[in-house]
Amino acid sequence: MAETQARARWTRNISAKIAAIPMIATALVVFLGGTIWTVVYSFTNSKLLPKLKFVGFDQYERLWAASRWTISIENLLFYGVMSLVFTVVMGFVLAVLMDQKIRYEDTFRTIMLYPFALSFIVTGLVWQWILNPQFGIEGIVRSLGWTSFTFDPLNNPDTVLYGLLIAGLWQGTGFVMCLMLAGLRGIDEDIWKATRVDGIPTWKTYVVVIIPMMRAVFITTLVIVASGIIRLYDLVVAMTSGGPGGNASQVPAMYVYDYMFQAQNLGQGFAASTMMLLSVLIVLIPWAYLEFGGKKHG
Amino acid sequence: MKLKKLTALLCATVAMPAMATELEVTHWWTSGGEAAAVAELAKAFDASGDKWVDGAIAGGGGTARPIMISRITGGDPMGATQFNHGQQALELVEAGLMLDLTDVAEANHWKDVVYPPSLLDACTVDGKIYCAPVNIHSPEWLWLNNKVYEDLGLPVPANWNEFVATAPQVEAAGKIPLALGNQPWQSNLAFGAMQIAVAGLDAWKAVNIDKNMDVAAGPEYAKVFQAAADARKLAAKSTVQDWNQATNLVITGEAAGQIMGDWAQGEFQVAGKVAGKDYTCLPGLGLNEYISTGGDAFYFPKLDDPDKEAAQKRLAALLVSPEVQVAFNLKKGSLPIRGDVDLSAANDCMKKGLKILAGGNIVPSGDMNWNPDVQKQAEDLMVEFWKSDMPADEAQAKWVEILKSGL
Amino acid sequence: MADTSMTMSGPRGAKPRKVLSGRNIMLYGILIVVCVYYLLPLWVMVMTSLKGMPEVRLGNIFAPPVEVTFQPWVKAWKEACTGLNCDGLSRGFWNSVLITVPSVVISIIIASVNGYALINWRFKGSDIFFTILIFGSFIPYQIMLYPIVILLREMGIYGTLWGLIIVHTIFGMPILTLLFRNYFSSIPEELFKAARVDGAGFWGIYLRIMLPMSLPIFVVALILQVTGIWNDFLFGVVFTKPDLYPMTVQLNNIVNSVQGVKEYNVNMAATVLTGLVPLIVYFVSGKLFVRGIAAGAVKG
Repeated sequence: MAETQARARWTRNISAKIAAIPMIATALVVFLGGTIWTVVYSFTNSKLLPKLKFVGFDQYERLWAASRWTISIENLLFYGVMSLVFTVVMGFVLAVLMDQKIRYEDTFRTIMLYPFALSFIVTGLVWQWILNPQFGIEGIVRSLGWTSFTFDPLNNPDTVLYGLLIAGLWQGTGFVMCLMLAGLRGIDEDIWKATRVDGIPTWKTYVVVIIPMMRAVFITTLVIVASGIIRLYDLVVAMTSGGPGGNASQVPAMYVYDYMFQAQNLGQGFAASTMMLLSVLIVLIPWAYLEFGGKKHG
Repeated sequence: MKLKKLTALLCATVAMPAMATELEVTHWWTSGGEAAAVAELAKAFDASGDKWVDGAIAGGGGTARPIMISRITGGDPMGATQFNHGQQALELVEAGLMLDLTDVAEANHWKDVVYPPSLLDACTVDGKIYCAPVNIHSPEWLWLNNKVYEDLGLPVPANWNEFVATAPQVEAAGKIPLALGNQPWQSNLAFGAMQIAVAGLDAWKAVNIDKNMDVAAGPEYAKVFQAAADARKLAAKSTVQDWNQATNLVITGEAAGQIMGDWAQGEFQVAGKVAGKDYTCLPGLGLNEYISTGGDAFYFPKLDDPDKEAAQKRLAALLVSPEVQVAFNLKKGSLPIRGDVDLSAANDCMKKGLKILAGGNIVPSGDMNWNPDVQKQAEDLMVEFWKSDMPADEAQAKWVEILKSGL
Repeated sequence: MADTSMTMSGPRGAKPRKVLSGRNIMLYGILIVVCVYYLLPLWVMVMTSLKGMPEVRLGNIFAPPVEVTFQPWVKAWKEACTGLNCDGLSRGFWNSVLITVPSVVISIIIASVNGYALINWRFKGSDIFFTILIFGSFIPYQIMLYPIVILLREMGIYGTLWGLIIVHTIFGMPILTLLFRNYFSSIPEELFKAARVDGAGFWGIYLRIMLPMSLPIFVVALILQVTGIWNDFLFGVVFTKPDLYPMTVQLNNIVNSVQGVKEYNVNMAATVLTGLVPLIVYFVSGKLFVRGIAAGAVKG
């Protein structure tokens, strides 16, 4: 008895471990290895090709002295918080609406999801047109007679991030809606029956019962949205090129790519990306601790 | 599909003469005129018995360069690749990844025919030649809509100063005096054009060639920054992104002028406008008729295959040959890299460029004088300067610091 | 009585009964307003793609074309030039299929097994590997370009289709693993335990219990991967050769030309054409979002 149990545990472990080999290799070799590689080279003066000529913290000093970099970080913080809140709220509300046994669900879902399939470069261009004061919404409303109407978010440094947000939400909320919908569909019908029997109002069921049950889905959403925000690049390039006012919509990823590939200063690009990764770590380590620390699964 | 590929492959092997060698060529020329120009290169190469395999990647250097460099360092290089000549490919050359073309250059007397010689200097590392220059593009042009001025009863400005002087009247008529797109490089280009025009050639050379930082911080350049500060007021109402959207403002008469490279005339042509009648082009902003001679060149990664190496050298020789130069540059709208070819088919603006070239009023381009890192930082500064109200002296001080980082 | 108390408690009941209730009007009203926001750019794109360039230059982006032309679509599909090859998007279409199908299948299989192992078959260190993976999802692709080039070069598969499939699998893995892990964690543990008691092993439980219960999340994963890989441009050019270039290379070349005349109508047509394949996948696979994969049903 004890022998078979021990063997069962051994075989159980072995097939799980074999199955996890791709994951372990990816985590260790690619992500950990690649990150260490990046950090090491951020202390060099590599230009076009990675070279091990160390220059200490020079790249970091220059990075933090660059006004473009510090503004990029401020912009990303603002955009990130706004985008995270709106994406999650909109995604959840839309998923709830979709989950009301509506007709034409496939059509509605596809309409909300289709922006996800289109290239950022062109969607950025289209939004730039729509938001352009001359031939976009402002022009149309003015031509209808309301001549003092002003809607020009992209050319005002104070509002440009909202302009990006309009396009960013358009592109991303559909997918988050699907994710949330999958979560809602995974919830036991019995729970709905039980709350209905108890006479709990629907909105309260969502807030008190369903959302806590969907904790895992929300975490997935947060990671997906947040990683998208950190990597935000194409949309800004297509819509504002980092402007107006020079750098009102600059983001860190743009700084990284520009310096790696246009300025051909790999060291500077790696230093900037190391700072980005460091800030991710600062958020991620407490999360990992909460997620895995102490709690035992079954 | 597999079958199709297989037959295609079979046909290819059968059809090729024994000499024929395939060379994959990567470049970022993908617009209509550019592609037509590349087709001339390919046609000539194929006609010589080899096979040009096209590897076009659009999006400019920023998109294409990481791909090219990855391919070269990944051990799977292409047969030839475009770079802007200058310091971009320097490290690849130093790492021994590029083919030495010195023997080709000597056999074809590149030193005697390539004009201006600075183009070949930019290809030269430690006395050896590593690239074949193919064209010259100059960014220092002012493009004007004639009708805007005619409607106001004004003569069309003949230079930058007249342009600035008439700007208030243009503005009063509800037009944007100067169109300027929001993409960073456009601000930088405008500043570059004003450098030569306003500071004059001597000061320009002192800063960009002799790297004299005192001149860069001095009064001649203070004038440039002041002129740029004035110019940005003229461009304040310009709200477009792309350079060609800005050009379109000029074409439609919503804006009076734009500082843009010689490629802008393609837009005027497509819109059916005639040079001299509908629009005016002023090289060197009409003040100092000097143009800088940046451009494109081809580099050849080292391949472990003597047949391919021979084909690479054949291609290099071909690119500089007079026939290919004429055919290519007429299509591209750029200027040839040798003075001994006949370009009578060129249009008015291009002829102006040729005349300046022939007169020797040329300077090397930014790519040759400063490394990409300095250029990028300067671009960051310029976009901030042009699009905000940063004082001219502050911008100048920052600019000098950036130049110093590249010494 | 129960009915009245429900309507009293608010108009947002869980199950609609009447077609034209106030609740439904509001529900569909909101959905339709939202759809306008989502469809506006598509309207602009399609209208622009049906205009000739002179009309596009007039600048009225919302107006339908005065003269409808399908030339931009024809051009985008089979005439637009990428350098010398003037056969438009059609050129890379089959390559994109060739790349997308195996990459999507392999990455989803691996990631779903990862997620399953992480939840039900934990082993020492599995949480650490998972945390590193999540960290990896935040790394911008371009930064990893050089290390991956070196890696594939050393493995000897640089420039092959397999190399590209591996790259897609690697970069899809963090988010997908997270997706599956968190979904599987919501499946009641009793199911897993009951199957263990019945003697089912690692693969048996995966195939017979986890897979059938997870259709919605597989759809989400499919949407994510098909979109990501079909639209990928960077890896497609960096890790393959011209004869394997996906159609996004042509899309990029049509859309992204820096110099010369920008043909906005062709750009728009090309973008919509390229997006069609993911769009069809969304629509077809979306039907698998069936309601009520209630755990209770399986339990009982």
